[in-house]
Amino acid sequence: MAKLDLVMFEEEYNQLQEIIGRLQVDSSSKVVFLVDKNGQQIAAAGDVRSIDATSLASLTAGNVAATDGLAKLIGEKEFSLLFHEGEKDNLHISIVGKRGILVVIFDQSSSLALVRLRVKKASRELQEIFERVEYRAQDQGGENAKFESPFTEITDEDIDRLFGD
Amino acid sequence: MTFINYASREINCKIVYYGPGLCGKTTNIQWIFEQANPEKKGKLVSLATETDRTLFFDFLPLDMGTVKGFKVRFHLYTVPGQVFYDASRKLILRGCDGVIFVADSQAARLEANIESIANLATNLKENGFDIRTIPYVLQLNKRDMPTAAPVQELEQLLRFRNEPMIEAVANRGVGVIDTLKATARQILMDLQRS
Repeated sequence: MAKLDLVMFEEEYNQLQEIIGRLQVDSSSKVVFLVDKNGQQIAAAGDVRSIDATSLASLTAGNVAATDGLAKLIGEKEFSLLFHEGEKDNLHISIVGKRGILVVIFDQSSSLALVRLRVKKASRELQEIFERVEYRAQDQGGENAKFESPFTEITDEDIDRLFGD
Repeated sequence: MTFINYASREINCKIVYYGPGLCGKTTNIQWIFEQANPEKKGKLVSLATETDRTLFFDFLPLDMGTVKGFKVRFHLYTVPGQVFYDASRKLILRGCDGVIFVADSQAARLEANIESIANLATNLKENGFDIRTIPYVLQLNKRDMPTAAPVQELEQLLRFRNEPMIEAVANRGVGVIDTLKATARQILMDLQRS
């Protein structure tokens, strides 16, 4: 199979959550999101209720993908940072490792310089966790074998139930 | 690429609606959006031109309920069908778990359907997928049109791997849920195998 599923266990998830929680406080930002390049939200910290996180994740991924396409057109590997400046709120988007995107939303109570500085540190920590997850995904027979997939016995009835039949 | 989160017990799957321009991809997900239980659906995001042609993608998140104690969430995407948006189409296929090909049944669009399937095969390949193995469903849309070609003819031209084939009239919701369900079945069965 060409695809490698992203499987996240509780321990890694808690570590990611802790890092972005710290980033949100240290950078005096409003919200921090961690999403994957395919548009799925992985973790969030701060006042997340004020934002439609699912749409944000998918649009961010679309934005990064389009910018990636632009980078390749002009012969760059990628643009690792995108910054959108608004009247009140700003959006700082950066790439973490091969498949993560870190989104920081901040207003005038922080500054671009502070956000950049804190994001840099958090990115390194996040990348280590992503690498571990990636390594495990490739090492199918190794560490993965310890976990029994909960999806080994999906039946037609399970699927019918999803659709309310 | 399915995202399985053991901490929040969630499975996220990405499903992409593909097909030639004006075949009814957006209509499919609009119908799902209108019919879905408000608690289960997110916002429908449409990046479209002023004339309602899809510019980049439409996106609809759907909460489907639980399987084996895991919350299942589908992220439905459409691609822009117009030929010159090929770069965008390629991007949207990134990390998809399943593809629904929406064919326009009208006789005049036969060639456009065939070209679009060939384009899908190329773009999937560039994203590391194989059109012969990825979860895939063929929807024959616009069956109510007087100019619709016979199902048998469409089957012969467009069906290539014994994939589920569903007749639809997307603007009236006919076949829309059946199509999604056939795709979900393949994706979840695929998870089981991997």
